[in-house]
Amino acid sequence: MTLLDFIYYFVLPVLSISIILIFIRFLMGPKMVDRVIALDLIVTTGIGFISAYSILYNQPTLLDVAMILALIAFLGTIAFTYYIQQKNKP
Amino acid sequence: MTDLIVGILALLGTLFVFFAALGMVRMTDTYLRISVTTKAATLGIGLLLVAAAVHSNELALTAKVFAIILFLLLTAPVSAHLVGRTSYFSGVKLWKKSVMDDMEGKYNPETEELASGLENQTKSSDSKKDPKD
Repeated sequence: MTLLDFIYYFVLPVLSISIILIFIRFLMGPKMVDRVIALDLIVTTGIGFISAYSILYNQPTLLDVAMILALIAFLGTIAFTYYIQQKNKP
Repeated sequence: MTDLIVGILALLGTLFVFFAALGMVRMTDTYLRISVTTKAATLGIGLLLVAAAVHSNELALTAKVFAIILFLLLTAPVSAHLVGRTSYFSGVKLWKKSVMDDMEGKYNPETEELASGLENQTKSSDSKKDPKD
């Protein structure tokens, strides 16, 4: 079993299953905050997806997208928490 | 040899991300879920990125990967603290089997200001001195 087979048949399916599990929490989440955490974790798992794809297709340029995704995930979490906090104020 | 190292790193990273996703479904409380997001997922993504850096074996890509890991390590605690603070102030309940709540009664729920904690420190130091006397 070569490395590319391992990534193709183990890493990518397990990452897909974990994204499905997080999406279940995103649908279930009893409060707004749970959905924000689930969204943050989905984007973070997407960075792992991109790094696995850059190993698989031998294209390191894809990691630029991973850096931008990390930035946008942080900004999105900050913005969502800011607006939830503003909503609770009288 | 390089393929073996990359495979082991990718295996560990994938397992950590999978455990984080499992904990996201199974944990009972918002605060426990925040701890899952911060620790396990950051470690798993870091291991996957290091696997990509070892596989490519270039200096420029390694620098880029370490910049991403440093950014993740910097931003994960900040966002987790903000989400936890917001959920506590917006009235999300703790799990009913949680043992202690240190924030209880130490903040003003209208102005969202924390008590400084200095008055509690003097009280506790007094209570420590009392049994010695």
